[in-house]
Amino acid sequence: MQALYAQLLVGLINGSFYALLSLGLAVIFGMLNIINFAHGAVYMMGAFCAYFLLNIAGLGYWWALIIAPIVVGIFGMILERTMLQWLSGLDHVYGLLLTFGIALIIQGIFQNYFGSSGLPYQIPDALRGGMNLGFMFLPVYRGWVVVFSLVVCLATWFLIEKTQLGAYLRAATENPTLVRAFGINVPRMITLTYGLGVGLAALAGVLSAPINQVRPLMGADLIIVVFAVVVIGGMGSIMGSIITGFALGVIEGLTKYFYPEASNTVVFVLMVLVLLVKPTGLTGRAA
Amino acid sequence: MPELKMAEAPAAKPADAKVLAVQDLQAWYGESHILHGINFHVNAGEVVTLLGRNGAGKTTTLKSVMGIIGKRSGSIRFENQEIIRASSDRIARKGIAFCPEERGIFASLDVRENLLLPPTVRPGGLSLDQIFDLFPNLKERLSSQGTKLSGGEQQMLAIARILRTGARFLMLDEPTEGLAPVIIQQIGHTIARLKSEGFTILLVEQNFRFASTVADRYYIVEHGKVIDGFANSELSANMDKLHTYLGV
Repeated sequence: MQALYAQLLVGLINGSFYALLSLGLAVIFGMLNIINFAHGAVYMMGAFCAYFLLNIAGLGYWWALIIAPIVVGIFGMILERTMLQWLSGLDHVYGLLLTFGIALIIQGIFQNYFGSSGLPYQIPDALRGGMNLGFMFLPVYRGWVVVFSLVVCLATWFLIEKTQLGAYLRAATENPTLVRAFGINVPRMITLTYGLGVGLAALAGVLSAPINQVRPLMGADLIIVVFAVVVIGGMGSIMGSIITGFALGVIEGLTKYFYPEASNTVVFVLMVLVLLVKPTGLTGRAA
Repeated sequence: MPELKMAEAPAAKPADAKVLAVQDLQAWYGESHILHGINFHVNAGEVVTLLGRNGAGKTTTLKSVMGIIGKRSGSIRFENQEIIRASSDRIARKGIAFCPEERGIFASLDVRENLLLPPTVRPGGLSLDQIFDLFPNLKERLSSQGTKLSGGEQQMLAIARILRTGARFLMLDEPTEGLAPVIIQQIGHTIARLKSEGFTILLVEQNFRFASTVADRYYIVEHGKVIDGFANSELSANMDKLHTYLGV
């Protein structure tokens, strides 16, 4: 039973990263109509940003949680202003190819300087150790990642579904021309939205640094699974991305316990099934 | 056709009477040239109607004024400022509000969110109470999804939400299209009331009978040009011409 709980916890942690990443992908896709293949690269940049902050500026984990998403978010906004904005109105495939190329360039640069092996990042003092819950041992940092990710996901959901700013965003996703004709600066909103999605990925990168080490290809490995999660959940719904992200993490964890051989493929098997039965995804709206 | 001559006349009249003055407006959708030199103006407090057949360029004229059409040339002066090169969000901020033909109610927003969506651009917009006074139906449906409303309610919502913003110049694109007579009447009353409260309204209509109940002046648009114009008082004298223009 201990092993089952341990795998469930691993599943929830992976699910946290899936949720944070697929949430950002869904928001970006809604607003920019771009399938952001650079998402894994900016996730990695978030982790590296935390590493640099610690080793160059002496700023620890808590600072990184705030600074890294902002810095990487600004980097994303520059990408959007200088490159992505020119793709609006074109077929999805252009955005996909451009962001894929950007991802390869960013990862190549980091690999050139840091190789492929991982750089260590320590768990902050306040989150070290563990708790004995009676039925299992819970490392504090892992519990923190799950709870904090959930809070960030729900806050993002609240921002988009329940506030005036979110109403602008949802309306602009449907009909950007009309929203602009009401006096809202839609191009600026698009830039900020890309920054928000990229910032969420960078935040996930910081959270993952103490668990998975900091590696140039950490995002490239993860993003393939995240895209499968997005396909299963559907692009259209914020809450759908969050729930699907966590659920698939847990399903992966359970598979690791009951049939470990399938744990790396179970998400893709589910993706194929969903594509056959409901191509728009479980919670997706038809395009 | 006094309107067409006005374009060449020196600006001797007090300029502030004209809220909107459009001169030699040309517009393109991609490669196709839609407007070939539109000339007209709207005075403060007037209801002016653009009449014409389907595809004549009436909607494109409104969209050009709003800055939604990508490629346009000529002159559009709003409150004496040239806006032909401004982006649509800046045009809206100057006090022009647009109610599109397809109404543009957002499906992912409820009625309240739809109503509160357009930001205030000037002080002096209608309060929510005044809006519910004009459109009592909306008050009962505030938490419904926007597109679950009936066609008439959606049209009321589309008009209501631009009244909140403080814009005093409204452009309504075929507000009666596809609606029941009793709803058309209600929209007619609304336009009359807005006019009496000092709003300036530019209307596009196919429904000439409806337009004649609210309009002060008319312009006829054909093949992307304004080919005629007259006041409501000259309407009966122009009836034959009008039937030819509109083919009714």
